[in-house]
Amino acid sequence: MTSAVSILPAQQLAALNDAYRVAVARKRLRMTLATAVFFAVLVIAAIGAEVNPVTFVNKIGNFVSYFDRIGTLESGARVWSDIGEWFWGWKKWLALLGETVLISYVGTLAGAILAFALNFLAAENTSPAPWLRFTIRRLMEFCRTVPDIVFALIFVIAFGLGPMAGVLAIMIHSVGALGKLYSEIVENIDMKPVEGVRSTGASWIACIRFAVVPQVAAGFASYTLLRFEINVRGASVMGFVGAGGIGQELVVAVRKFFYSDVSAILLMIIVTVFLIDIGTGWARGRLFGKEARA
Amino acid sequence: MTRLLAPDSGELRGRYPEVFDRPASSRLAIPAMLLAAFGIFVFGLVELEFSPARMLAGLSQLGWITMMMIPPDPGGSLPVYLVALGETLSIALLGTTLAALLALPVSLLAAKNIVPSGIFRFPVRRFLDSIRGVDTLIWALVWINVVGLGPFAGVLAIAVADFGAFGKLFSEAIEAADKKQVEGIRASGGNALHEIRFGLMPQVLPVIAGQVLYFIESNTRSATIIGIVGAGGIGLQLAEQIRVLEWQKVSFLILMILVAVAAIDWISGKLRFAIIGQRAVV
Repeated sequence: MTSAVSILPAQQLAALNDAYRVAVARKRLRMTLATAVFFAVLVIAAIGAEVNPVTFVNKIGNFVSYFDRIGTLESGARVWSDIGEWFWGWKKWLALLGETVLISYVGTLAGAILAFALNFLAAENTSPAPWLRFTIRRLMEFCRTVPDIVFALIFVIAFGLGPMAGVLAIMIHSVGALGKLYSEIVENIDMKPVEGVRSTGASWIACIRFAVVPQVAAGFASYTLLRFEINVRGASVMGFVGAGGIGQELVVAVRKFFYSDVSAILLMIIVTVFLIDIGTGWARGRLFGKEARA
Repeated sequence: MTRLLAPDSGELRGRYPEVFDRPASSRLAIPAMLLAAFGIFVFGLVELEFSPARMLAGLSQLGWITMMMIPPDPGGSLPVYLVALGETLSIALLGTTLAALLALPVSLLAAKNIVPSGIFRFPVRRFLDSIRGVDTLIWALVWINVVGLGPFAGVLAIAVADFGAFGKLFSEAIEAADKKQVEGIRASGGNALHEIRFGLMPQVLPVIAGQVLYFIESNTRSATIIGIVGAGGIGLQLAEQIRVLEWQKVSFLILMILVAVAAIDWISGKLRFAIIGQRAVV
């Protein structure tokens, strides 16, 4: 069998080899420089964040023993040896978890409704006026850049302690986050139906209702379910600042060193988040087929 | 003048029964779902003690607060705030880097094409899931108990919280990698480690780099809030000023956060573009 590989003349080959070596060397140099810069930034950051490896090594035992401690009842027995004692407050905690889920539900839905109303004004292809689009976009950006817990801190002062502040904080944050995602979906639609509806003399509202909404409803619902999932996690810490839900109970347990309570509440939060994840995943799969689950 | 024939609705109905005569169950499904959603919404409003009176009082209060916020003014503590902001950025950067370094080996264990056996993969995945189920703020509380108040607790909190997220994302990136390169390495006599190093990593690293940069961005946001529980950074200042009702300082701090986040967004956007090219950025 004859070989099909043709070998270039030595002269040409040498030139090509040299060029290759130069290119590789340049790439290596760039790589080294980037790594060096990155490490320098890391070191500066480490000094800024008061990172102290000695503290870490000395205290890492605490981290392990912390999990040991939250796994131990007051009597010294392991938590799972007496489930009743471990989850002694399960009625109260379950009610608070219910409140947490409700906070995120109401917050997400209210945010989704507002985002639905606003996003058509913010999308490139459906916005009636450029100035309106610009304003709404900046407003949404503000809503999603300020963390929801900061809103909660301020709302707790304005509306008083309680879940209402948490709901409003989650709502504002969801308006920003969902509004952006929604308007991106709207920007990707097929404009032909819109033109068709408009050619019949329909108003802007009618165009949106009959040409845009049918195309985007599934995507909107999918993103909303995803947001609900994220908000359940967010709502679980709203109580840290007094804005309702299970967080209040958790922060008290951590600060007062009620170790077995910490593990019980954490476990309940994790299980709830799991169930919500699975539930919304299932709902998205049911509603829009398997590809929407990713 | 020609006219279109009027459509024969009877014939159309006969031809497309699934469009015209849908069974009641499929016609009513969506309204029923919307009604149920709305019902829970109203129940939630009642249960969570919403009332128009409280809403109104709160809104007027909020209006006052907004008025008091203008103009933003650091009131002489600008240097302190700048240091705090630097601390926040450091927390985000270090926490994310640490998380990525820890997550890379674990994500290999959670990837289907590296560990085909479900018995090993399943516990690793559940482990990562349960870490992700716990919010960064909760991790911050735990770490404060361990290493004391301060930004170091924040770094560790972000590292642990992101470790869960990265483990999942990285393993998905690894599973999506092309098998052919790996097979090529195996065909030329490489062992399992060679396969990972030369077959897998060159494909996966750019994707991972993009994700890490994106997380640094979003962690700048998380790092601003972990100060609220005492884990350092600008959140500590923010929570304090809100508690003592110094609204001008509060609005100044919020502005600082917005500017910092925008700046980090811009930088990491550029970097991602440089690392993986425009197509992959979107």
